[in-house]
Amino acid sequence: MSNRRDFMGMALGGFTALGGIGALYAMKKTWDPLPSVKSAGFTTIDLKDAPENVLITEKWRGKPIFVLKQSKDMVAKMKEDDKKRLINIGDEHYAVCVGLCTHLGCIPGYRPETKDFLCACHGGMYDSSANVTKAPPPRGLDIPPFKIDGTKLVLGETGPEYEKMLADGTTLKV
Amino acid sequence: MAHFEKANSIEEWLDQRIGLRTLKRVMQTEYWIPKNINFLWAMGMVLAATFGILLVSGIFLLMYYVPDTKEAFDSVNYTIMTEVGYGWLWRHIHGVGASLVFLIIYIHMFTGIYYGSYKKGRELIWISGMLLFVLFSAEAFSGYMLPWGQMSYWAGMVITNLFSGGSLHADAFVEWIRGDYVPAQAFLGRFFMLHVLLMPLLIIGAIVFHFGTLRIPHVNNQDGEEFDYAEAAELYKAGKKKESKVIPFSPVFLSKDVFVMGVYFILFFFLVFYHFEFAMDPVNFDPANGLKTPAHIYPEWYFLWSYEILRPFSTNVGLIAFAIAQVIFFTLPFLDRSPNVAPANRRGVFHIWFWAMLVDMLVLTFMGKLPPQGIWSTIGLVAAITFFILWIALPIITKTEKKL
Repeated sequence: MSNRRDFMGMALGGFTALGGIGALYAMKKTWDPLPSVKSAGFTTIDLKDAPENVLITEKWRGKPIFVLKQSKDMVAKMKEDDKKRLINIGDEHYAVCVGLCTHLGCIPGYRPETKDFLCACHGGMYDSSANVTKAPPPRGLDIPPFKIDGTKLVLGETGPEYEKMLADGTTLKV
Repeated sequence: MAHFEKANSIEEWLDQRIGLRTLKRVMQTEYWIPKNINFLWAMGMVLAATFGILLVSGIFLLMYYVPDTKEAFDSVNYTIMTEVGYGWLWRHIHGVGASLVFLIIYIHMFTGIYYGSYKKGRELIWISGMLLFVLFSAEAFSGYMLPWGQMSYWAGMVITNLFSGGSLHADAFVEWIRGDYVPAQAFLGRFFMLHVLLMPLLIIGAIVFHFGTLRIPHVNNQDGEEFDYAEAAELYKAGKKKESKVIPFSPVFLSKDVFVMGVYFILFFFLVFYHFEFAMDPVNFDPANGLKTPAHIYPEWYFLWSYEILRPFSTNVGLIAFAIAQVIFFTLPFLDRSPNVAPANRRGVFHIWFWAMLVDMLVLTFMGKLPPQGIWSTIGLVAAITFFILWIALPIITKTEKKL
């Protein structure tokens, strides 16, 4: 008698637990970012027509993305560490980074005459490769994951050039 | 089929069917409250009333609020504030109420700490109360997202970023919470759901549980005195009201509560009509903009003390300190090793501990609002460290406390 009740109890409990786990899984998936959100997480930028020393701001995953084509003399004066931050397509060099100050997330402004970035919030400064030159920011502007496709840049995908930057610590993962 | 007599009144008719008289006796006329209490014992019912007012004002706001990132800001600041008849009233009641509910929660908490109302059978009252504090915090935060102004957006950004766990860089988890890479439609939709349905349901459940935990150990009194409730109740029922140490919850205790509520609501509606701006951050009257950060991001006043515990440390230490500060109050009944249930002024060193903790949290609150520069950040750091020293000291000073 008791065995039969135990069996009924365990069978009911087992199936209830199974249903509960299934429901939890469905709830977790419902909270996941939608496919449309995920697919909107890629931005393609054509670098071909970018003018030298003029900051272009794009948007990727809701964040501002700075694109700055470097002129020949800007690159010539640059330190080796800073050169590693640039994306090279043919003979052209570009700084591409997330336009949020690494201090507290304000948006720095670019000054073409002095060829540097200044963050108005707490006075942080960056050179034209967006590497930090004056504290409080702890590091240069982060570089978003990118893949080079001809003259185009796909942000959100990871190409070998980006992996190299991650590996040698040029940028943190965004 | 049960046997039913013909009823002579509506009350009797209901009593036959749902035991109305038993219910009234158990919940009101024979639910005993000690006499030896003061106005601080009214804070529980003041909180219940404030929650009721938040619920009613929220229902009217819900009629016109649109949980859509493109329309939310205008539905609050244009539709509700200028078009809906008396829409401004509901909004100001809701904003002021959200702020005052925390003021009363803090008074309620510190009353409990002062009189030792978390010990010897009252542990669950304290724990369920802390659970309510956490739920109200979640309710306040999710509600703060809804107007979709600059502070909504950036508070949402910063608070959800905390879940990346600093150096753990759990960005995928943060994106899962948001349903997007940044706070956007998915984020607003789910926080809307949390604010208007799930959190209020949990809060109502927790309130019922909180009342339930009170029933058997009974409410504490000004001297922490232990006495025989059954005996005191018999005296009261026998008409010896003067000799009895108790009064019934309703109508006697409740009428005292209603008086305190009356005073409280004068303050409440004074703020609603004349000083609602203290609950309305001016920065939040700019629509959310993911490409522009406000110069200073700070929470509402009731979260400032824990924000200030996060702020003076480096990222990881700050996060750990913040996480501990959120839950440390739950452990109060177990960290207080003294068997004494008595007001703090009779408990020696604990008396100093009580006021030190209260003042420290006030200092943290003020420093949290000031920009983190120069002397202010030093004071903030000292106050944050003091907070932890006090908690570490608590078991030691209460262990050595003289038994009363």
